[in-house]
Amino acid sequence: MVQQRWSHMRPLTNTPTRYSWATILLHWLIALIFIGQLVLGFVMVRIESQRAAFELIQLHKSFGFLLLGLIILRIAWRLGNKAPPLPPSVGALERRTAPLAHLALYAFQLALPLSGWALVSVSTLEIPSMPFNLFVMPNLPLIESDAAEGFWAAVHWYLAYAGAALVALHVAAALRHHFLLRDQVLTRMITPSSAGE
Amino acid sequence: MRARILGLAATAACLAMPVYAAVMLGDAAGSYTISQAGSAIRFTIGKAGGGGFDGAFARFKGTIRIDNNDVGRSKVDLTIYPESVATGQGRIDAFLRSDAVFDAANSPEIQFRSTSVTRTSDTTALVTGRLTARGKTFAEKFTAELDGLKGGTIKFHVTGKVLRSRYGMDVGTPLYSNVVDFDMTLTGKRG
Repeated sequence: MVQQRWSHMRPLTNTPTRYSWATILLHWLIALIFIGQLVLGFVMVRIESQRAAFELIQLHKSFGFLLLGLIILRIAWRLGNKAPPLPPSVGALERRTAPLAHLALYAFQLALPLSGWALVSVSTLEIPSMPFNLFVMPNLPLIESDAAEGFWAAVHWYLAYAGAALVALHVAAALRHHFLLRDQVLTRMITPSSAGE
Repeated sequence: MRARILGLAATAACLAMPVYAAVMLGDAAGSYTISQAGSAIRFTIGKAGGGGFDGAFARFKGTIRIDNNDVGRSKVDLTIYPESVATGQGRIDAFLRSDAVFDAANSPEIQFRSTSVTRTSDTTALVTGRLTARGKTFAEKFTAELDGLKGGTIKFHVTGKVLRSRYGMDVGTPLYSNVVDFDMTLTGKRG
């Protein structure tokens, strides 16, 4: 009886052809935070008001730690949940490059918050990290110096620009699938799998 | 005879203790101009996770007037120029001077005007007054301890805690404590 009722509900895990709601939720939550972080990072270092800049940088750090937690969860989720295969219509080139692009996206989502954490850890400003004012996040065991701060700031910047380019590519590919190829690649990341699929 | 002399000396010593303080206070009576040489206005702000950061104001001016008969009528005036803040980290100094904290360009002075002085011991007093920063005024109190009086120079060690949020300087709380711990050495020259 219980089994039967469960079979009518949307499964938590991916099915052979569709993403589950959990996968979809993680994808869009991370997408929103990741793009938000790119915009926030760009704005916070250009804003005139020093006070607003300070507050925005702390907010950027808070979301960065949240993103780091979510992406670790997502990678674990991805390792335990096979993604549905690409539609048969997808060509050989994309069949080879799409997984690489996705791997790169995971790598950037991991590397960006980590490089930001390294940056605040080595900064000679010694500003503590307190995600959403909830608790003090310890620094990474790195030695602080102006040189190290400059290095990690540069790494964080380059990763951010490369990550933004990668996100743009990912979005363009999804839109191409939806509007040009007219397949299910984008919609299956919006509509969860349901029983029987 | 010898015992009587000793006894007399002991009595004199006992009398001399409070008398000495009173004499000192009498000696201290007068007006003093706070001199930057020999004075320091330091502060510490605690930080989440431990530690904190220290700073000091390099430029300030003020007067201390000690009433001859009634310590309670003594007065302290102190003006601090926040532009002169120094923490040892240039980027933090620039931040403190900016409109994020002191807004030194528009509010170039932080002023303290005492309203009452209450003697708490031979050498200490509680100084209550009005502190004005960034156009906001609140009552604050500081503990002053007489640290020395030599020639025409008087020295006080002054401590007190100020809540910065009240003066529109709450940026960074709770990452950085709202409580600013002041630790000042004020040296005044008579006249």
